[in-house]
Amino acid sequence: MGKRVIIVGGGVAGMQAAITLKKTGCSPLLIEKNIALGGKLNNWDRLFPSQTSANEIINGLTDEIASLNIKNILCGEVSEMRHDEDKIEVNLTDGNTYEADAIIIATGFDLFNATQKEEYGYGVYNNVITSADLEEMFRQGEVKTSTGVPPSSVAFLHCVGSRDLQVGQGHCSRVCCITGVKQAIEIRQALPECQVYNFYMDMRMFGPGYEELYKEAQEKWKINFIRGRISEASQTIDNRIRIKAEDTLAGRPLKLTVDMLVLLIGKKAAACNRKLAADLGLSLRESGFYAPKDNFTDNVCTCKENVFIAGTALAPKTIGEAMNDGTAAAIKAYEYLNRFENGK
Amino acid sequence: MNRYSWEKYQKQIPDDHYYYARSCIRQNFFPGSETIFLKILQEDLGIDILDDAKHTSCTGIGYHGDIVPLETIMTVVARQFALMTEAGYEHLVSSCITSFGLYCEILSLWHHFPELEEKTRKNLKAATGREFKTPKSVIHSSDLIFHFRDRIAQKAKYTLTDPQTGRPLKVVEHIGCHYSKIFPTSGIGGAEFPYVLAGMIESWGGEVVDYPERRHCCGFGFRNYIVKANRGAPVANSKQKLESMAPYKPDFIVANCPGCTMFLDKWQYTIAELEGTTYGQNGQGIPVLTYEEMAGLVLGYAPWELGLQMHQIDTEPLLNKMGIDYDSNEKYLGRNGKYMGRPEPCNCIL
Repeated sequence: MGKRVIIVGGGVAGMQAAITLKKTGCSPLLIEKNIALGGKLNNWDRLFPSQTSANEIINGLTDEIASLNIKNILCGEVSEMRHDEDKIEVNLTDGNTYEADAIIIATGFDLFNATQKEEYGYGVYNNVITSADLEEMFRQGEVKTSTGVPPSSVAFLHCVGSRDLQVGQGHCSRVCCITGVKQAIEIRQALPECQVYNFYMDMRMFGPGYEELYKEAQEKWKINFIRGRISEASQTIDNRIRIKAEDTLAGRPLKLTVDMLVLLIGKKAAACNRKLAADLGLSLRESGFYAPKDNFTDNVCTCKENVFIAGTALAPKTIGEAMNDGTAAAIKAYEYLNRFENGK
Repeated sequence: MNRYSWEKYQKQIPDDHYYYARSCIRQNFFPGSETIFLKILQEDLGIDILDDAKHTSCTGIGYHGDIVPLETIMTVVARQFALMTEAGYEHLVSSCITSFGLYCEILSLWHHFPELEEKTRKNLKAATGREFKTPKSVIHSSDLIFHFRDRIAQKAKYTLTDPQTGRPLKVVEHIGCHYSKIFPTSGIGGAEFPYVLAGMIESWGGEVVDYPERRHCCGFGFRNYIVKANRGAPVANSKQKLESMAPYKPDFIVANCPGCTMFLDKWQYTIAELEGTTYGQNGQGIPVLTYEEMAGLVLGYAPWELGLQMHQIDTEPLLNKMGIDYDSNEKYLGRNGKYMGRPEPCNCIL
């Protein structure tokens, strides 16, 4: 049996870390709190910028985990961790305890609770939904308003719970801009007659193919990108959503009534970070995400040499970046576990 | 409407012993409101509240109109606090939301810049010889009615329903910008989904109307209407609200602020005169009440004792809807039954 590594969190980063470790000859144990591996990707339909099916990614990873006989525990919620110099003890809420020589934290992120931005009326008005709700509609194959009809106009609001100090979320969630572009195009693909408006602060098209998709959204799909924040949303007598905003390029306020308002919610540091960080003596960034040992050379390592971090537990990331982190954290763990053999 | 976000903003309101600071303009526009407020608290509920003749305007109109400097208004407010302290009270109740917003603003300023409080103490001492303690709580008078809304409901003679049909009356509530838009945590229900008036309406059987321009300002903004040339802006704001609420066919409007109540009431006449547009049913306007008047009606006070005859929009259709027993002949009788004279009939709005 190889060196034991516990991976907490069975999203894409954790799954990729487990696969990499297994291939190096280690014995990974993947602990996932939900009933299935895959994390939040399970709730997503297609991925930017290529419209790849989320299921395709999850199935690929779960098949590999199964074929490599990687042990995993589902519905396993961590209650406490104890860190020793050489060992780590992980207690689950079901009373079971597991020991490992190293651990990889891949606990992911929480979605921002849009009810905190009260002015947009999420949870109050039925036709104000989040990007996650819309993704669920895409998965069900039907985009409908609360009255069960396809919307004839949809507005997206970027940066809900991102770059917003008022709700304690100063960081950029990075993926929402391109998600807004992707979802806007998907609406137009599904409902060609539907008018789509995206209200943004600025568009951060940092990834390969993102800028091209943004251009395609404007030119081919005729999506209206309006630079400005929505100041408030309210419901009309026929259950539509009245938006007040400012078009900062035109330099004037505007009012718009749409059938549906989609809030592009940000990534928030997972609520469990504080407890687990305290258990293991790790530090967190101001945003609540884990702080790595170093931002460049040891960006999946921590101040504890047998504790590693991967994916969106560190910061908002794309699926590809999270998977890269999983690989990197696994290799760093492998290097640590074989440090004596390597003469260190 | 889903109410949970309204409930996030709760406010600790003490149960007794208040110092009352009146509004400088309400007694002209809606003369019965403050009197009835005191009656409800003192006589109906047995609460101790001091109506102190020594206090003055907070000078908020001048402050927001840029003619009273910050240092001056802080000293005036400090004097109100000193009067409260001298009278042995710790909980300040403000009748006006602008005063309420200012008390909150000045206390916040002093919290963040203690040197301003020290300077104000020196100024007050030099000018009046007075000293003060800051209030333990700053309460708007609608907060108090909200706080006691269930006790009022227990004593209610009428409810906000049509007794003929049992239909809840549809009520537009307007909290006014200075109540919680400056300090959302100072108002019940916060700024986006305020609950202070909505809570009263629901407790007394009515139904709150949520219309698109619910949060919009009535247009009262002091600099807007003080400068006569700017008055189109306040009218336009009120018009926007009235147009937005009209399709819901509200039975009446209840407002929180001296200015909002006045504007939403009187601009209906202005718009009817200018454009021939009315927003109520059958050429009528939408009656506008203060929350004290609404509480007074529920408790069975005579409409003319509440001062409803001073409203621009006739409230009698509303009284009829609520099944209130009143005598039209007493409408224009003043103190001691003296006939005040009947205003000229208004043809543009019924």
